[in-house]
Amino acid sequence: MPGIDFLLAALTPLNLLLAFGGVVAGTVVGALPGLTATMAVAVLIPLTFSLEPASALIMMGAIYTGAIYGGAYSAILINTPGTPSAIATTFEGYPMAKRGDGDLAVTLACIASVFGGLVGAAFLLGLAPPLANVALAFGPVEYFWLAIFGLTLIASLSEGNLMKGLIGACLGLLLSCVGVAEISSDIRFTFGTKVLLGGIETVSALIGLYCLPVLIDLVATPGRHLKITHESKGFRFKEALGISWRHKMNLVRSSVIGTIVGILPGAGGSIASLVAYSEARRSSKRSKYFGTGEPEGVQATESANNATVGGGFIPTLVLGIPGTPPDAVILGALLIQGVRTGPNLFTQGEGSIVYTFIFGLFLATILMLPTGLVIGRYAYRTIVTLPKALLVPGVAFMTIIGTYAIRNSVSDVFLMIILGVVGWVLNRFGFSASPIVLGLILGPIAEQGFVQAWTIGAATENLAGMFFGRPISLGIIAFIFISLFYPVVRERWIERRSRRHGT
Amino acid sequence: MRTLKTLALSAVVGVLAASTAWAFPDKPISYIIPFGPGGESDITARHQQAFFKGLFGQDLVIEYKPGGSGAVAWAQLNAAKGDGYTIMGINLPHIVIQPRQKDVGYKTDEITGVYMFHYTPDAIVVNKDSDFKTLQDLIDYAKKNPGKVTFSGSGKGTANHLAQVRFDKMAGIKTTYVPFKGTGASVTALLGGQVLASWGYTSVGAKHADKVRLLAVAMNKRHPKLADAPTFKELGFDLVSGAYRGIAVPKSTPEAIRVQLSEMIGKINAMPKFIERMENDGMALLDVDYKGMPAFMAEMTEVYEKAAREAGVIK
Repeated sequence: MPGIDFLLAALTPLNLLLAFGGVVAGTVVGALPGLTATMAVAVLIPLTFSLEPASALIMMGAIYTGAIYGGAYSAILINTPGTPSAIATTFEGYPMAKRGDGDLAVTLACIASVFGGLVGAAFLLGLAPPLANVALAFGPVEYFWLAIFGLTLIASLSEGNLMKGLIGACLGLLLSCVGVAEISSDIRFTFGTKVLLGGIETVSALIGLYCLPVLIDLVATPGRHLKITHESKGFRFKEALGISWRHKMNLVRSSVIGTIVGILPGAGGSIASLVAYSEARRSSKRSKYFGTGEPEGVQATESANNATVGGGFIPTLVLGIPGTPPDAVILGALLIQGVRTGPNLFTQGEGSIVYTFIFGLFLATILMLPTGLVIGRYAYRTIVTLPKALLVPGVAFMTIIGTYAIRNSVSDVFLMIILGVVGWVLNRFGFSASPIVLGLILGPIAEQGFVQAWTIGAATENLAGMFFGRPISLGIIAFIFISLFYPVVRERWIERRSRRHGT
Repeated sequence: MRTLKTLALSAVVGVLAASTAWAFPDKPISYIIPFGPGGESDITARHQQAFFKGLFGQDLVIEYKPGGSGAVAWAQLNAAKGDGYTIMGINLPHIVIQPRQKDVGYKTDEITGVYMFHYTPDAIVVNKDSDFKTLQDLIDYAKKNPGKVTFSGSGKGTANHLAQVRFDKMAGIKTTYVPFKGTGASVTALLGGQVLASWGYTSVGAKHADKVRLLAVAMNKRHPKLADAPTFKELGFDLVSGAYRGIAVPKSTPEAIRVQLSEMIGKINAMPKFIERMENDGMALLDVDYKGMPAFMAEMTEVYEKAAREAGVIK
């Protein structure tokens, strides 16, 4: 176990300042759709040439943590996930904001993010080397089934509207095929244009499909963007803390889910928060109210996605295999410094830099509580009080700048606008954005897993054993059946019970 | 009289050219990486960035323009301003294979490379506890079990994939190549025992030294930091290959600036500290300057085109 000296090394005034600045900058970056943690961290790499490496790493970790939390603001307040990790936060966060509880949702998200971040960092500190094996236990076929599991969650999310959810997911899967295929390098569905060569970038699709319909509706309807039911009276911190305490099991469960999914290099925050959300909904007493603004949903997604930060660093630092894109950048910065990753990092001399970094991550996560509350309140008041005539052009401008910034690409901006208009039309017919986006994210994971598993299975002449004979796969398949049939079984059960009570 | 005039004119032009060359660079240079941050293209560029300012007094600013395995950026290279302040990373075999697969918006000859500064040599990697102790073990097993040796590797039509195709032919064996998304995923599959071996890079051997063994590396001579790993050449296979990285400029960039950029990159390549960092990461340095580019590209194009055709990647 690392000693107190590493903690003290992390606590120098300079490091405190860097962690503070990093969290603030990260929160802002995460809140603006299109600016991603990956980019913000990459911009800082030159700093690592002049700064003490541990300090630079602390700042990078702080930005990353802040950005994952910042994504919640735009998800809650304008129904636009700032990062893919925040997709599931829109499910309950935006309805809460609509009915006037935006400030409560933001505060809840802050508490949940801090809690999830601390759990993830604790696993990283205490159990990193053994947990890293989870990353290795997941082969192609496991990723294939995991992606299929994610797709079945769409079905359970669009209860009552199953067909439309599935059609949306299929559209997303089709969109994910556009461009140069990642592993087979085939060029698909470009229709001869170079515009589509780069495929449809996930974050620009997020911005288009979520944000543009909101903007169009804002212009088309006379009412306010978000209802104000009460005088803005502080953070509503006590109320949020009370809710968090009542649902502490939800927080713990979601954080553990987030950490474990975070360890899987091929998965990521979007899957983690989705799984945590559906688990929260399944086990909640109020599950039938989900979708109308249940605080538990926001807690689940926000604690899970911040837990992926610590979880993602586990394979990064132990195996040298980055868990997420920002991890890849941070790993690159470590390599440039000449730090060699591996289990030795946690036991031998080089350990100091890693432990200083982990304590820095704790520090940044704790600093997120005060900074997150203050910035969150400011963001909420801005969105609520800004007149529409300023809000709409302001957000519209940000969507364009943000989309361009992702890959320095003008074609992405056009694609974003087209997707936005298509998304708005589809919304009118009852198709929501989430299944489409999840199809877009999960499509390549499923495809690659399938192709690889098939190739290996065919080479070893054991296709059936490949797909249906591995214990983890069987576990995931069981979850797939649960998530597919649980809603149906549950409905029947409730029906039968109410009938019995009726007679 | 006339000759005198021409002479004077050319002298003036010469002085002008010299003075522009002297002033370059007087502002930061943007260095576009056609991939996302965190990959090997990014990391090697960052190694260069660390030395650039000290040598030339200006910042080297790294920007990312990912998409289509690099094709999106390369298709836009010649539209950029050719004043020397925009340079772009180029990768082989990508820029040879992509335009031959389909119309991707650029042709190989339209890319003006000024320097190839390194390559990451291909290598056959197995886990430390693998039964394949030597390359011969693997060949023997593959001969007895055609198709059953599974290799993970990064992508299709890539250095890894083409090396697998070429080596299968040289050794007279049949193996199965399983493409993964990037080297990280490919190594994960190897370490997790999903495949028997991996067509990876020497950098994998450097990064995961405690867990893997390199059966052979595709270099002319053994890698200084991986001296235990034999070369394919030593073992009787004429295979020298890998992922080559260099720097290109827009077509409109003047000749003098191209030459100067080439010299600048060469100077970084000669820095002992740079060499050490690159070699510690398992990379191999390469010095193909602006003058040497056409011959180098012609040779590589021939090799890669042939291998890609055999692999069925291009028709």
